Amino acid sequence: MSLLAVLEPGGSGATALYIVAFSLFIIGVRRGTHPTTAKQGNLVAAFGMAVAVVATLLLDGIGNWGLIALGLGVGTAVGVIASVRVQMTEMPQMVALYNGVGGGAVALIAWAEIRHGIAEIDHGTIASIPLDTLIPVLFAAVVGSVSFWGSNIAFAKLQDLIPTRPLAMPGQQVVNVILLIGIVAACINIAINNDDPNQAIFIAILIAAGLLGNLVVLPIGGADMPVVISLLNAFTGLSAAAAGFALDNVALIVAGTLVGSSGTILTMEMATAMNRSVGNVLFAGFGGAPAGGGGGSGEERPHTSIGAQDAAIKLAYADSVVVVPGYGLAVAQAQHAIKEVADELEKRGVPVSYAIHPVAGRMPGHMNVLLAEADVPYEQLKEMEEINPEMPRTGVAVVVGANDVTNPAAKNDPDSPIAGMPIIEVSEAQQVIVIKRSLSPGFAGIDNDLFYEPNTSMLFADAKQAAADIAAEIQQL
Amino acid sequence: MDLMTELTIFVLAAFVGFEVISKVPTTLHTPLMSQTNAIHGIVMLGGLIVVGYANDPLEYTIGTIAIAFGAINIVGGFMVTDRMLGMFSKKPKPKAEADGKGGK
Repeated sequence: MSLLAVLEPGGSGATALYIVAFSLFIIGVRRGTHPTTAKQGNLVAAFGMAVAVVATLLLDGIGNWGLIALGLGVGTAVGVIASVRVQMTEMPQMVALYNGVGGGAVALIAWAEIRHGIAEIDHGTIASIPLDTLIPVLFAAVVGSVSFWGSNIAFAKLQDLIPTRPLAMPGQQVVNVILLIGIVAACINIAINNDDPNQAIFIAILIAAGLLGNLVVLPIGGADMPVVISLLNAFTGLSAAAAGFALDNVALIVAGTLVGSSGTILTMEMATAMNRSVGNVLFAGFGGAPAGGGGGSGEERPHTSIGAQDAAIKLAYADSVVVVPGYGLAVAQAQHAIKEVADELEKRGVPVSYAIHPVAGRMPGHMNVLLAEADVPYEQLKEMEEINPEMPRTGVAVVVGANDVTNPAAKNDPDSPIAGMPIIEVSEAQQVIVIKRSLSPGFAGIDNDLFYEPNTSMLFADAKQAAADIAAEIQQL
Repeated sequence: MDLMTELTIFVLAAFVGFEVISKVPTTLHTPLMSQTNAIHGIVMLGGLIVVGYANDPLEYTIGTIAIAFGAINIVGGFMVTDRMLGMFSKKPKPKAEADGKGGK
């Protein structure tokens, strides 16, 4: 009889409900891959989750209802409040945070399992913790802890609590490898002594894995964070599956594995969209970026600066205008103001379209969400591949709070840290207006050569204010 | 359930996951990541099981925190995903494909 026999879903009723639940998850994820069904898919998956929770509460002998209600109540309240209050701009870090607590839950459950096993050995109920329970528990502990701390660092970086630049220290990779070896050795120690596992060693594993999570994510630059969060998401899924093996719970195994494998594919697709490989993201950390990119910060390079009125004139008399939105637009909540400018221009017969870089903002799809909110017609949103060939025929390209995704260095300078990343080729347009608060570098932490090109005019202002001013100026022309 | 049955389920579920995601438009990468993120909140069930059968104070505490964490993951995850996707369904009609309104 296995240690955790009591934990097995008792009746087949629970298992039947679990089957319903994970079928709904699969349908939900499937629908999530198409724009027209995505919203419905999310609801389907959420309903599946409710079914799974109810099934678990119906298990034979479940007790301690007060504590269960407490945990559910607190968690639900925090989740609701956080997701209602969060700004659209802060979605990415919110996802990171939710992923982190999921990983934390896995690690805590693994710890509880080990304690439970040790208690059973002490009572003489069992002689040793069977390896088919112990190994998944150790896996869940390590990966859950890495995911918890890694996600927290990702959150802190996106929230600007810690610098978004790659933070690396010399010999970091060596330290990471040593930590990893130590963790594996400690796991082997526990597995070998499965008749008397040492809880202190287990806690040390949790701490070391947490440290590893910190050290792996800290050196990664902010621009790569979406890929990292997606990868950690897949990891958390796998660790949840491992917890399922330990608890003999089929719902956890299926749902966790589903997230693990679909998350892996999603991570690779994201990395491809940014022209980076996952290995590159994890281990290169944008190389020694800060010093390398196009000249030091000290030297002042010549640039042209204009005001709202000049910008309005350039736009109003252009043959066509392409708006290139970026994270700055999201921060300034400038989407409605930009839409006003576009409306004014269209009244004057100037066609306007929007060039959406796959990773503009801090998450793929970030810009589409914001512009859709401002009722920008869907067909005016052009993908990068679609708009780039049209750039040379474009009168004015207006860059609103975008930076790295327009940096010509990605194309021209093979030594640049972002070399090879696909960009919106705004410098091909006849004129470029960049609306930005300062010349400061973007998320990748490197200077943007675009700002210093002869056909580029800089409009230093908050994106929302600038757009409102430009709209007013166009009206008066 | 014996280990082999569990491994069978694991491998099959992994293939389902690989197959279900194919050629996702970039626009949906974030919402989909967020949705799968909410789904791994399923680990909360583990917390329920731990607390449900616990009999030592530290285990209660650990388990209750795990439930709270899992609930944040689930509730927050699905709600945030819904908010992201809500923005999409507001997109205007001209492409007369059965947009958001279609699904009951």
